[in-house]
Amino acid sequence: MTFVIVSLIKIALVFAVFMTTLAYLQWVERKVLAHIQSRTGPLRVGPHGLMQPLADVLKLLTKEDLLPPYVNRFFYLLAPFIAVSLALITIAVIPFGPHINVFGISTDMQISDINVGVLFPLAIAAVSVYGIALAGWSSNNKYSLLGGLRSSAQMISYELPLTLAIVAPLLLVNHLSFRAIADGQAGYYLGFIPRWAIFQMPFPQIFGFLIFLISAFAETNRIPFDLPEAENELVAGFHTEYSSMKFASFFMAEYANIVNITCVGTVLFLGAWQPLFPAPYSNWVPPLVFLAAGILCFFHGLNPARKNDQITFPIFGVAFLALAALFAIPPLQFILAPLFWFAAKVGLLILVFIWIRGTLPRFRYDQLMHFAWTFLFPCALVNLLLTALLVALFPGNP
Amino acid sequence: MDTVLFVICAIVAIVCAFNLVLQKHPISSALSLIGVMSSLAVLYLLLGAEFMAMAQMIVYGGAVMVLFIFVIMLLNAGTEKNSNKSWFAQIAGLPLLLAFVAVVAFLIRSAVPGLKNVSFGSWWGGTAQNVGRLLFTTYLLPFEIISILILIAILGAVVLAQKEID
Repeated sequence: MTFVIVSLIKIALVFAVFMTTLAYLQWVERKVLAHIQSRTGPLRVGPHGLMQPLADVLKLLTKEDLLPPYVNRFFYLLAPFIAVSLALITIAVIPFGPHINVFGISTDMQISDINVGVLFPLAIAAVSVYGIALAGWSSNNKYSLLGGLRSSAQMISYELPLTLAIVAPLLLVNHLSFRAIADGQAGYYLGFIPRWAIFQMPFPQIFGFLIFLISAFAETNRIPFDLPEAENELVAGFHTEYSSMKFASFFMAEYANIVNITCVGTVLFLGAWQPLFPAPYSNWVPPLVFLAAGILCFFHGLNPARKNDQITFPIFGVAFLALAALFAIPPLQFILAPLFWFAAKVGLLILVFIWIRGTLPRFRYDQLMHFAWTFLFPCALVNLLLTALLVALFPGNP
Repeated sequence: MDTVLFVICAIVAIVCAFNLVLQKHPISSALSLIGVMSSLAVLYLLLGAEFMAMAQMIVYGGAVMVLFIFVIMLLNAGTEKNSNKSWFAQIAGLPLLLAFVAVVAFLIRSAVPGLKNVSFGSWWGGTAQNVGRLLFTTYLLPFEIISILILIAILGAVVLAQKEID
């Protein structure tokens, strides 16, 4: 019974945090892109556009839900449902932190730890392509169809290097469960180099991580691989005919997939919640970061660029200082510090996704396929073989 | 709990299988096949073969069926025309099918005498570790032969595609 209640509480917590992240990820992306291009981004709705996600949700909910007469109704309605439900499932196997004891209840900071954990996101990713493919086909529109076709071809091609890149760190840690993988990356070489998979001997997985990251861009249909929705050729690709909440579902699925794949990358390559340097010192990083953020806010509040900043920035500053104080309480640190490190790594990866979107142009379709099959796939294969060879030669794992 | 899940997934699998044959449009049929594959994966999971379940989803539910759907979409295959069914198939189809299933069940039952009823959760030999160990010890030769067979198939596909380009 306790198991059921604890699981329900965990699911509710993870779901709430996940949905908020998805809503605000869009705000973060627009802001970062805007600043990359010397613009200000959303600014009107709420202080610094912070209410923009809520306004967008309201707008999408109240828009007219068009159902074009020429579509294949059943599949047209099914496709966004497949896309969004599959995108929201993967988070169930991601571990956010270590095993904890709270109020006499001992539980993992994870919804469920299955012993073939790594295969689960791959299985979900393998099926989630149907959402896009069906959307493209059922819309009965040549642009949508082309988008759907491109997406299926791209996802099949990039799944290979992605999977091969994922296998290599598994060889180092020798486990399939996400929790065991994260635990296998604990500890430090010489007392300060973390044993994350990208640093782990005998073969650091830096190349594997790069291959994973590149394939992740393709798997989530992001620039520079967003051919399925290339707007200058295909209008909006597979979701051209979708409006209102059905469009929002695809949008949400895209962001959910980004969060999922960055979480998987964090656990597999960046040591999940293991901090960058050993424990007593690393626990003081979160309070210091929030303290710095608070001071920065106060500084900008004193030198306002706009009139409203005089009020809003000090409020943010107080919030950041409160967070710093919260993270500095020693009894809470064993829960909050791992969460901070996990969120920081995922956040950094997401920032890389946005940064690339602001920097790189789109690939041409033949370049995309050529790159996958003649460069990325052989690289992943060589990386895997080298890792396997070195793991076999040095089984002690120094 | 296990039995409830089994009943649900078995029903889904059977309904999808019938749907696969009855549907007129190839895409609907392909989607029904995905439904069959996915519910089979859940059945594997119930029997304790976790690795098989995930492999089923990745390989059959994912890669193979995506290729099916891709080809159907690429050729833009339309709705199937209702062919004039032969009177023989209409009358004798269902009885013959049932008879065939019964014969197969009887043959299996008599060939393997010690068969017991399936009980869920009684077998735990399906972890990735066990499967891997079996593949690389007991079944090493069949495994390698199948690998070579698949390699030959890939080479054949490349040769065929090459001809088309020339």
